[in-house]
Amino acid sequence: MSAVFQVENLNKAFGGLAVTQNISITMNPGDRVALIGPNGAGKTTFVNLVTGHLEPDSGKVVLAGNDVTALGPVPRVRQGLVRSFQVTRLFPDMTPEEHLALAVMQRTGRTGAIFGHYQAKADVMAEVAELLRTLGLDHIATRKVAEIAYGQQRLLEIALALALKPKVLLLDEPAAGVPQSDTPRIEVALAGLPADLAVLMIEHDMDLVFRFAKRVIVLAAGAVIFDGSPGDVTRDARVREAYLGSYANDRSAA
Amino acid sequence: MASIENISASTPARSTRPNWLVRDLVGLAVILVVAAIGYFLFPNNLALLTRILGVALLVLSIDLVTGFCGIATLGHAALFGAGAYASGIAAVHFGITDPLLMVVVGAVGGAVAGVVSGAVILRGHGLAQLVLSIAVVHLFHEAANKASAYTGGSDGLSGITPDPVFGIFAFDLWGRTAYGFAVALVVITFIVLRLITRSPFGMLCRGIKEDPIRIRAMGASVQGTLLKMYVISGAVAGTGGALNAISTQVVGLDSLSFTLSAEALVMLVLGGTGSLYGALIGTVSFMWFEDFVSAANPFHWLTIVGALLIAVVLFAPRGLYGTGLSFVERFRGNAK
Repeated sequence: MSAVFQVENLNKAFGGLAVTQNISITMNPGDRVALIGPNGAGKTTFVNLVTGHLEPDSGKVVLAGNDVTALGPVPRVRQGLVRSFQVTRLFPDMTPEEHLALAVMQRTGRTGAIFGHYQAKADVMAEVAELLRTLGLDHIATRKVAEIAYGQQRLLEIALALALKPKVLLLDEPAAGVPQSDTPRIEVALAGLPADLAVLMIEHDMDLVFRFAKRVIVLAAGAVIFDGSPGDVTRDARVREAYLGSYANDRSAA
Repeated sequence: MASIENISASTPARSTRPNWLVRDLVGLAVILVVAAIGYFLFPNNLALLTRILGVALLVLSIDLVTGFCGIATLGHAALFGAGAYASGIAAVHFGITDPLLMVVVGAVGGAVAGVVSGAVILRGHGLAQLVLSIAVVHLFHEAANKASAYTGGSDGLSGITPDPVFGIFAFDLWGRTAYGFAVALVVITFIVLRLITRSPFGMLCRGIKEDPIRIRAMGASVQGTLLKMYVISGAVAGTGGALNAISTQVVGLDSLSFTLSAEALVMLVLGGTGSLYGALIGTVSFMWFEDFVSAANPFHWLTIVGALLIAVVLFAPRGLYGTGLSFVERFRGNAK
């Protein structure tokens, strides 16, 4: 299987402080990877470098065989590298239906049209209905986002990313801020992500990481210190030292 | 009411669409009725009513960029004046005196000015954007002043004599034709703008206003979209300028002034942003009130206008239309 996403020897320093050191990651379609690391490990910088919000000092980002290192954030999205946000970024005055319709029309190059209404476009409405159904949001499709629960907003954030039909999806703490009672719904949504989609999830919640990921990458001080199966991560001495601490000991004891 | 809600929840596509269509048709009917009332109630004041409609187009154009896209501008009269001068110069220097052609020239002039000023203003954000917009209107004003061979400079551009509309309706001394022409332009523009603001492009603009970072994360260009809206806005403002040139048959430097820009923004805030209706209500209320108060009390009228604005901003921050709408919604909520 050919890689859909490759990061090669990525480096970034702010002044004298190296925040990203020689990071190399390869992902194939269908991969479920979790990126973890203690605060200050360089996760956010890594996401910004990959999405094009920051320029690396050296190294390459390759998406579906194309070198996108020199491209800005918008063309990278158009080529299939889509992210969700740690704190929801939605339009409070719009409905979930409008959010998804806008995303579908954007993907299909129709947001430049100054006439016409999205509800008159049968293919858009069909796709929106499908997404709303998949994420269990159909009952609140026409409510303003400002009026829906935070857990539902998180689900809409995932639906919005899926509406762009990404090849690679970066999920930035998809369950952050969601009440405990709603977390299972997020997990169901994550389990239902398209099978051929490569997903890189940045997450603090270790239970979620172990349930979701088939592979875990650990960042510490800007460098990859572990890249392997979730089963091995807790046994890795460097990871225990750098990050997991008591959690690893608890898990291995159990 | 409950049954209607159930329907809208289960089949949103079918129920919401006629909803806005009905609302817009009602709005259009109200505009036409108010225009007719104005015609019959103030037959000797049609020049003021026509002027109000010209400025209403300017205020609508500001609503497009401020209300729908979140761009701060205090220099939008640059686009209005560009349209006025474009159609005036076309009439005086190039013999284009057909009023419809003059409107087209004005709209194109406004759109070109929209490209130029948009390219400058959109480079800044917040306060910087506001300052850039003020700089732009001053530069336009100064350019018009210096190019007196074409614009008449501070004396104004006179000698604009538009042909009869469709070769039939001559512009009369009482301003009846001009008023009818103005109402037609405002109504057509309003319908087109309602369609644009509901279009996929209009949705994208609303999205940019609410969260440009999310829009970029959806793969859309923020700057390109805003510039496009600025050009559309320029065409609308230019249409207003052309209407002003046609109805008054003179174009002065005041049509390119900071004062007009600021007053038009005040009218928008007074009426309420982001609905188009608020722009119309704000313009009519402000200009009518200004005319009424200045006639009633020529010494203290500005004080009264200032007091009114403070009252509206403090007690009805969503503007007259927004506040009226929330009253209606609350009433409906209580009625359920």
